[in-house]
Amino acid sequence: MNANPAISQEMVTPNPTSNVVEARGLGLTFETNDGSVRALSNVDLTVGKGEFVSFIGPSGCGKTTFLRVIADLEQQTEGDIRVNGMTPAEARRSRAYGYVFQAAGLFPWRTIEDNVALPLEIMGYSRAEQRERVHRTLDLVNLAGFEKKFPWQLSGGMQQRASIARALAFDADLLLMDEPFGALDEIVRDHLNEQLLDLWARTQKTICFVTHSIPEAVYLSTRIVVMSPRPGRVTDVIESPLPRERPLDIRETPEFLEIAHRVREGLRAGHSDE
Amino acid sequence: MSLALTTAPAAPSLLHRLAAGKTLPVLIVLAALLALWYAFTVYLNAPWQVDAYERAGTTWTTADLVRDTMAQERPVMPAPHQVAAEIWKTTAGTRITSKRSLFHHAWVTLSSTLLGFLIGTVLGVLLAVGIVHNRAMDKSVMPWVIASQTIPILAIAPMIIVVLNAIGLSGLLPKALISTYLSFFPVVVGMVKGFRSPEVNQLDLMRTYNASGPQTFWKLRWPSALPYLFTSMKVAVAISLVGAIVGELPTGAVAGLGARLLAGSYYGQTVQIWSALFMAAALAALLVGVIGIGQRLVMARMGEKP
Repeated sequence: MNANPAISQEMVTPNPTSNVVEARGLGLTFETNDGSVRALSNVDLTVGKGEFVSFIGPSGCGKTTFLRVIADLEQQTEGDIRVNGMTPAEARRSRAYGYVFQAAGLFPWRTIEDNVALPLEIMGYSRAEQRERVHRTLDLVNLAGFEKKFPWQLSGGMQQRASIARALAFDADLLLMDEPFGALDEIVRDHLNEQLLDLWARTQKTICFVTHSIPEAVYLSTRIVVMSPRPGRVTDVIESPLPRERPLDIRETPEFLEIAHRVREGLRAGHSDE
Repeated sequence: MSLALTTAPAAPSLLHRLAAGKTLPVLIVLAALLALWYAFTVYLNAPWQVDAYERAGTTWTTADLVRDTMAQERPVMPAPHQVAAEIWKTTAGTRITSKRSLFHHAWVTLSSTLLGFLIGTVLGVLLAVGIVHNRAMDKSVMPWVIASQTIPILAIAPMIIVVLNAIGLSGLLPKALISTYLSFFPVVVGMVKGFRSPEVNQLDLMRTYNASGPQTFWKLRWPSALPYLFTSMKVAVAISLVGAIVGELPTGAVAGLGARLLAGSYYGQTVQIWSALFMAAALAALLVGVIGIGQRLVMARMGEKP
């Protein structure tokens, strides 16, 4: 399960036959009491298998909305979107993805292991299978030994790791993460970013990751989607030349800073459009 | 204060321990209330007593007056020790099977309280489930639930008894239904709030798992609502008791705390009324306490932060 550089290198270029997310001319308009709001407009985007795609942009740029459309938590009003070749509703019914919210949202009355077992219970896994998977996923997020704790007994970072374990427990190939580390302090966030990359390398999941933070987006992603608001749209898509194996100090390298610069330029350009 | 306790080298004196805990403040308040009560006993019973002295033509001192106002047979306000003596006489001093036993009357009221409370709680939870899951019920049921509580229970209690009697229902159930009428309300209101207490994220999460309605209910809504259930049950059981007592008043009930109150007021037996009132209060405290214990046990199992 170790990250094999040869295999990883291959995966950076998305294989057109195994696209996990395919959006064509996607648009979403919310009807509110104050009139209609165009949250997404004409989004064309393809996410290949094994990619780590970050969505970055200011509030209201539709990055979370896009994630929620993939997850069938919102429905598009224009265009078409396929998840694993299915409509989002079909993908949701076939439990194609795990979703991590900004708030860990663990159920306070369940222990950590029972929280991770929640999707497994719902999906009808046997008791033995549940135990085995809970054990394995908690191991994966370095929470072994905390099975019997209740959420309030864990720090914010640990709670978020438990919620990632919960999203991983049923082995969906796609992981949707909506600013999962947004509420955590910088040091914890660095640590979790490192662990997330390690986890991605070991599980070979496809990850869509929404964030506010430029360094986070550049550090984690194979591709960065820069978005801008009113209407929410994609303004730039940046392929990262960084290798898959990324120590934290890669953030000091010129390549890293160059990508970060381009992302910042993209964000600024989107902003001056108003 | 607990720190002072644990660090004290020798066993602290009783007085010290009382002062450190809640006991002393509670005792002081209790003593103040008793003193106030005695003062009112003398004040309220004095006119009748003075009348009695004058009719009998006896001379009296203030000490006589104070003593005699606390020993009247039908006082306006019985003294605490008179009530205590009456309670003692009708509980410990009487066989429990006797019609004069206060325990017997308390049990009659308690049985209809519990039955009514049980029906009320189940009904309240079911209505809340309907209101939360069905838009039509949400719009239509809640106003009726609230309207039902604006009708004075004293007015509707006899109607319930009469109507149920006409369809052949008598005995425990009609009385219990009056308790139900009062007790379902806090449960509906509390549980609607409880079932709606899960966060949007938590509901979205269940949706991403493609969880069925019953799964979302049992794994998310029900556990979220449990703290609300216990809080509403505490209110519900107390007013259930009120309902049971009120249910006994217009029906000419022969047993129960309500019947005891009614008989007491017919014959001017204020001591009997007050002892029945105290028994009712003790019963309410007991019921609320039992639910409180249940709440603590359940919440501890649900990992509540101590």
